[in-house]
This record gives sequence, structure tokens and C-alpha cells, in this order.
Amino acid sequence: MPTFTREEIMHLGNLARIALTEREIDSISGELNVIADSINKVQQVAGEDVPPTANPVPLEAYLRPDTPETPLTQEQALAGAPVKENGMFVAPRILGEE
Amino acid sequence: MSDANSLVQLSAARMGEMLRAKEISSRELVDAHLDVIESAEPSVQAFLKISADVAREQADAFDALSDEDKAALPELAGVPIAIKDMIVTKGIETTAASRILEGWVPPYDATVIERLKAAHMPLLGKTNLDEFAQGSSTEHSAFHNTNNPWDLDRVPGGSGGGSAAAVAAFEAPLALGTDTGGSIRQPGALTGTVGVKPTYGGVSRYGAIAMASSLDQIGPVSRTVLDSALLQEVIGGNDRRDSTSIPEPVRPVAAAAREGLKGDLKGLKVGLIKELQGEGFQPGVQARFDESVALLKEMGAEVVEVSLPHLEYALGAYYIIMPSEVSSNLARYDGMRYGLRVMPPEDVPQTAANMMAYTREAGFGEEVKRRIILGTYALSAGYYDAWYGSAQKVRTLIIEDFKRAFEQVDVLVSPTSPTTAFRFGEKTEDPMSMYLNDIATIPANLAGVPAMSIPAGLSDDGLPVGFQFIAPQQRDEVMYKPAAALETALEQRWQGPIWQDMKTPWLDGLNK
Repeated sequence: MPTFTREEIMHLGNLARIALTEREIDSISGELNVIADSINKVQQVAGEDVPPTANPVPLEAYLRPDTPETPLTQEQALAGAPVKENGMFVAPRILGEE
Repeated sequence: MSDANSLVQLSAARMGEMLRAKEISSRELVDAHLDVIESAEPSVQAFLKISADVAREQADAFDALSDEDKAALPELAGVPIAIKDMIVTKGIETTAASRILEGWVPPYDATVIERLKAAHMPLLGKTNLDEFAQGSSTEHSAFHNTNNPWDLDRVPGGSGGGSAAAVAAFEAPLALGTDTGGSIRQPGALTGTVGVKPTYGGVSRYGAIAMASSLDQIGPVSRTVLDSALLQEVIGGNDRRDSTSIPEPVRPVAAAAREGLKGDLKGLKVGLIKELQGEGFQPGVQARFDESVALLKEMGAEVVEVSLPHLEYALGAYYIIMPSEVSSNLARYDGMRYGLRVMPPEDVPQTAANMMAYTREAGFGEEVKRRIILGTYALSAGYYDAWYGSAQKVRTLIIEDFKRAFEQVDVLVSPTSPTTAFRFGEKTEDPMSMYLNDIATIPANLAGVPAMSIPAGLSDDGLPVGFQFIAPQQRDEVMYKPAAALETALEQRWQGPIWQDMKTPWLDGLNK
């Protein structure tokens, strides 16, 4: 059975917040099934005794002196905002229906 | 000296010498490169943005310094550079070649840009790439293709095709790239230039637009090994703003490159990676690779074959880890604080969540969407252990393979890319065939080890071939020495640099 059905791609598009078109859903499911076949084989060698690696150059966490710095100004931080008002980002409605 | 044509063909190190000897000014260098850019861009299209005014201003500021101040600066002071548009530049539009960031002017500089500015290296502009550095041909740029200077009908590689093409075409003596799976080295191979991925954590990633954070590394692009070494010394070393930055000074790579130029490799043990040669590699690529290995032997190196048995799983592990990190990193493009915002159509509720979904649908290209979807899957409940968990284990096995290999040899070698530059459209319909371009470059990113590509000559198709050196973690200098030695030996054989065989109509008539 293929890993990626149309329904699975629609669900993933929803999770990833991408309003995929019908055409994209078809093409992505086809392509990802080809890709999945060739990457699935990592499971063959990933035995229980092998520890996972997250960072290839592990470093010990360390603290640095707590020195105050000047952050971006409000104007700089807002300079790229798609919509702004009174020194704030404007977001569309977030909660429920009206 | 005003012969722009011969000026731009010099190495960056030589340009630096002439600046110190006052034979030229930084302004003259910048103007010469801007002339080449104007003449070459209609055919090469390496740049997304040319920052001519910024570059001239920085050049004038360098020229106005006292001799004493100039003497305290790095050797490359006053030499101009191009920047991959994956690295943020204060006041200069930065897009990652994506519609979602089109028009964004960053309010801050990446650490590497601060260091270039401190070294008084003028910024010529921002170079083209595959969108968010995702691709191997620069064809996934949202804005335009970049053409390979060796054959304008072919790709320059990717994702850093713009930086490589700009340096190959003499539009810039140096450039910065970012390398997540080969995005500096593979374009280097396809354009006959030098490209270096330093040790993970050797160069600060602060201000590099994040693609896959455990794999990404900024590095140099140049025409000579020494030029890359000098540039790595300018940008490298610890940065407190990057928590993965190694708390050590930059490695002595320029001294190692200069040592290599003497052409003596006695005592050096070189390992041929068994899994990265032969089948799957174009015969012309393999032939140039074998000849270069013979040259290493002639210079006194001992060459043995070494096996890294888990490399056959590297591509699979990479195509799980990378999209997983991509899906997480690219979640920040939500239409709220910067970049594109697209509101949903009228019949869809005008909510923030729907705005995000329509913004991301409109702002991301198909390759980026494909990877976000794949990564979202690999990280989702129920699949995490089988996919992401397994890939992280394979990563451990590959790191152990490299450790064992470096117990036997000092440096590992392979061809950089299985093929020479391919034609536009040849691989865009089949993502898997595009992914296979990076088969030889991905292992170094997974293991965090430094690696570099240098030109090894032309294949029987007349196109450049890349030769890859890989060194142990935090020992970047170990690869610079044999790379510089091989470069010298090859150039003696060719009686000049590789680019003497490249046709450059955009340089003709520049001095009229």
C-alpha cells in the first residue's frame, strides 16, 4: 500500500497550513511515494542499540555573561510587517466565528 | 591600472596584495566588477540584487583608511564579494529566492556579514539560489534561472548556483554560500570553482536563513584554494549568537593552503571512498578523478581504499532529517510579522489560520511545499520513531564510519558530483533524480565534517569536474593542504587555470 494517499496529503497540508490545490495534492502524493520507497530503507539498519544523533558536533551547554544590549527598535521590528497599526502587528481574526 | 578585463581574472589574494601595494584602489576593483556584472548578467543571471551603491561606499571607506589601519586588516581587506541571498544583509533586500520574502529588507546583519564589513570587504550584491536553498540546479528559484558560464544552456548546480556562477564568470572574485547537502560544493564542481563547507559550527549561522539547522553551514566560494582559506579565516570562529558555534578560534587554513602550494605531500595518507566511485559516476568524471588521485601519489601521498559501509543509507537519512527540519524552520513564514500575506477568497472564513494557509500556498514553490509535507509526515505522531528516529540512528552509524576511516587515513576523497552540468529541465520532473546529484556531498553534512570541492579538469563533454576532499571534524586545515597541492599540480599540467578554456564573451569589449 502506498504511504501517501490523497487523504493523507490533504491532512498533512492542513497540519502544515498550506492550502494545497487539487493538482498539487495529486502530484505530491505521487512524488512522495517514489521518495518514500527509497528512504524507507533507513529502518533496516536502525537497530535498538544505536543511539540517535541530533547534533553532529556535540557541545556542552555553557553560560555567558548577562550583558545588556540594545535590541531592534519598535520601528525596525515592524518595518517588514504586512499590516501594522499604532506600533503593533495587525492579525486577522484568531478566535471562533462572529 | 584600469584594465578591468585582466583585473577581474586575478585571484582575490593577488587583489589584496595589489591593494596593499597601492597599485589599485578598492574603488577600482569594485567598479571593474560592476562593469563585468553589467555585461555578463543578461546571459549569466547570477544575481537577484546588485548593491552597487553600497559596494562603492564601502570601497571608498576602505580607500580612505590610513596605511596603519589598513595594515591591521585581513589580507582580503578591500576585495569585493557576492553573497548568496540566503544570508541576511541589513538594508539590502533578502529573499531566499522565495515569493514569500520578496521585498523584505532585513533590520540586521548576519554575523558573517558583520565580519566582512569589519574586514572592509565591499558587498557587490545577492546571488540566486533554489528557493530556501532547496534544490541542486537553481531552477527552483522563484525569480529566474542562473546559467552556467561554461555552457549557458546548462544549470550551474545548486542550491548556490548564483554564487558559483558569479565567481566563475568573473563577476566577483569571492562569494559566500550555504551548504546543507552540497549546496556550496556541487555548484563548485559544475562551474569549475572552489567551494568549501567548513566543520559544522566552524562558521556562525546567525543570520543564515534556516533550512535544516543541524546540517546548514556557511562557507567560501572562490577560484583558488588559498582564496577560500583566506575567506574562511575572515568569517570563521566562535559567535555567541549561535549556540552551535564551536567555542574555538578559526583553524589555521591559510597557512595549510600555502604549505600545500609547495606540492609536497609526503607522509599524507589519503583514503579513496569505495562507495563513492565507479557505478553511477559519469565516465568522464571518474577519469578526471582517477588522474587527480595519481597526481596526489606523484606528490608523495599514500593512497588506500577505505569503506564507509553505511553511506548507502545516507541519502535516505538526509531526505528524512532535512525535510523534517525544513517543515519546522519554515513554520515561521506565517504572514504575520514580515513577508507576504495573502487573505483567503471571500467564501472562506477570514481567519488567521486560513490567511496562513493561503499565504503559504501562494508564497512557497512546489519543491518547498513537497519537502514541508514530507517533513510534517516524518515528524508526526505514529511515524516519528520509524522515520525521524531511524534517520537519526543512521546518522550515528555514518559518524562512526567516518571516525573509523580517519583512524586509517588523514583525508578522504571522492568525485564531488556524479555528473557534469546537466541541461535545464532535465531533472525537474523527477525529484529523485535531482536528489541523487548530492549522493557524494550529503555524508559530510550528516557527519558535521569539513569538505571542499576543487576543479579537476574537464570531462569529455568539455564541462568541469569537481574533486572532493573530506577532513575530520574541526581539522579543516587537513583538507586545505592537499587541495592546494593538487590545484598547483593540475595547473602546471594545464599550463594555466581551468578557466582558460572557458569562453567569456561578456569580457570582450569591456576595455573599449
